[in-house]
Amino acid sequence: MILWLLFLLPLVSAALIHFVLKQKLSNLASLIGTVSTLATLVIAIMWTNGSFSTPDSWSWISVGSFNASIGLADDQLAKGMMIVVCGIGFLVHVFSLAYMDKDGAKARYFGNLSLFMFSMTGIVLAENFVMMFIFWELVGLSSYLLIGHWYKKDTAADAAKKAFLSNRIGDFGFLIGILMTWMLAGSIVFSDMDGTAFIGSGSWMAGAAVLFVFCGAIGKSAQLPLHVWLPDAMEGPTPVSALIHAATMVAAGVYMMARFFGSVGLEARAQVPAIEVIAWIGAITSLVAALMATQQDDIKKILAYSTLSQLGYMVMAVGLLEPDAGMFHLYTHAWFKALLFLGSGAVIYACHHEQNIWKMGGLFKKMPITGFTFVIGTCALTAVPFTSGFFSKEGILHAAHGTPFYWIALGVAALTTFYMFRLIFVAFFGKAKDEHAEHAKEVEFRMFAPLVILAVMAIASPFLGKLIPANDFTPDTAFHWNEVTIASMIVFLIGFAAAFVIYRGRSSDPINIPLFRNKFYIDEFYAGLVKWFQDILAAIVHFLDEFIINGLLVGGLTRCAQGTGNLFRRNCQSGNLQHYALLSGVGILIAIYFTIFS
Amino acid sequence: MPTASLTEYLFFSGLLFAIGLSGVIIRRNIIVIFMCLELMLAAASLTLVAFSRANLVNGLPDYDGQMLVFFIITVAAAEVAVGLAIIVALYRARKTISTDDLTSLKN
Repeated sequence: MILWLLFLLPLVSAALIHFVLKQKLSNLASLIGTVSTLATLVIAIMWTNGSFSTPDSWSWISVGSFNASIGLADDQLAKGMMIVVCGIGFLVHVFSLAYMDKDGAKARYFGNLSLFMFSMTGIVLAENFVMMFIFWELVGLSSYLLIGHWYKKDTAADAAKKAFLSNRIGDFGFLIGILMTWMLAGSIVFSDMDGTAFIGSGSWMAGAAVLFVFCGAIGKSAQLPLHVWLPDAMEGPTPVSALIHAATMVAAGVYMMARFFGSVGLEARAQVPAIEVIAWIGAITSLVAALMATQQDDIKKILAYSTLSQLGYMVMAVGLLEPDAGMFHLYTHAWFKALLFLGSGAVIYACHHEQNIWKMGGLFKKMPITGFTFVIGTCALTAVPFTSGFFSKEGILHAAHGTPFYWIALGVAALTTFYMFRLIFVAFFGKAKDEHAEHAKEVEFRMFAPLVILAVMAIASPFLGKLIPANDFTPDTAFHWNEVTIASMIVFLIGFAAAFVIYRGRSSDPINIPLFRNKFYIDEFYAGLVKWFQDILAAIVHFLDEFIINGLLVGGLTRCAQGTGNLFRRNCQSGNLQHYALLSGVGILIAIYFTIFS
Repeated sequence: MPTASLTEYLFFSGLLFAIGLSGVIIRRNIIVIFMCLELMLAAASLTLVAFSRANLVNGLPDYDGQMLVFFIITVAAAEVAVGLAIIVALYRARKTISTDDLTSLKN
């Protein structure tokens, strides 16, 4: 029973804030949101310890053999993910208390945050695909609402729309994938899926089903063709970026793939074609995003591209049939990336909403706690030995070892080190390049406390084996000297040295690569594509409307009636009395003829 | 004395009707048209009388037809009065009795 509380508490909180408290009681609203998240965190931790049994599911739709229910999954995958969601959710709530303190729509912010917590909990706990899809859409909605929190800014409103629409494309494929899975595996419930039937259904069908399901992950986890929304989503408040667009929601795609792969069976997967496609998409995304990140100036954009790159890593691991390695990286990444985002939030807050790293500088001395935790987060992200990122990245590198993906992964690791230390050197060291940075002060307790906790997690998370969201998985947390670790450390040193040489003490960017700075012109390409597609569609519709409907159907019928009428008007309606008499005489004759002879 | 047969009466009546109808259609003078209309009525009356004579009931003609003829004559007299009055009124309004000029129904 108490697990339903875990599931429904955020919803109650969201409803309470949206409908009862509103902006008038915004302080109470923010407290309620935070407390409810804390309560769910406590429940999640107790659940992980095995305190509760899973309640029965509630039947929602039952038609013939089809049965969609609202039920809660009960495995380590869900439990660990709940810890990530609730733990980071709670810290982000605490951080938001300070960060959004002066915001004019604080109640709406916390209400939407609660709505997000509810939706994300739903995805994690979903025991079947239909329920997952419902909450999948709900996180899309709450993400839309939170990106567009400052909706009076055009860029924020546009970014929200962009995120929603890009996700719709992926979700359309996801829906098809769910239906195909239901057809092939005979069930939508994860624990009832028939992996043998799924594979036996003809390998191409199974491959297509996997790829369609993967479409959902492409949209939500922002993989390559649909990645464009994630950098723009940084228009939202920074704590939202930390929670939704770094740690939890964007990782939902990886979580879903891991759950799906686990459900149709491990040994079955190897026989399905097109799995390679997933790995390639992940690898290319991680490489392209890392290249883009090297030339960004906005501190949040750098982190956003870094998130894209790391999500590419996780997807690549999934595609390499090692979803556990992907989930492990998801878990560690969630902590240190949330740390980096909240750190950037603290920096932005201290610099009076300045996001350009070239206008910061020297912040390490002025904000020691933020700076120190940020460096820890960076070390974890760049896989410095004995940090969490080192172990999880190691897992992925091992999975990729011996394939072309290994070299891509190593290249990305070097790039990651390079752009993260570029950020550190420019923003935290050197001289202050702007008045705001000059007068920056350390943030208050409610902001640095989450940073400290997250920094601890960024180091310690791999050793808390019970929290890792992967079934039957024990992380390898020992240090081995082997080819992979050595290669990993070499690329770290290369990236670090490059960043040190190029960016230490600089006040402007010495490198300028327009291709990377302009994100490979993908946004421009999409704008052109949409315009081109729209123009062609409009031309076709115009042709149909103008010529087929207007000219032929409507116009043709009226002209036909008009022509017939004109024929009578010109030839019969002469106005001549005798003509009428003749016609009526002829008419009578015809009537008589038909009366008598027929 | 040989009497005309029913066929001859009907033929004559049809001829009379055809003359009347062609007069109505062809002539332009409205008074002539009116007279031709009367001619058609007379043709119809003639038919009735002819049938009345031909259809013997107990050796006597069927007087129903002849009764109808009287009605037609009476009604026709009234109708002529009304029709002539309309023609006079028309003439006063339009200063013409030619149907070629009475084309206000056109279009």
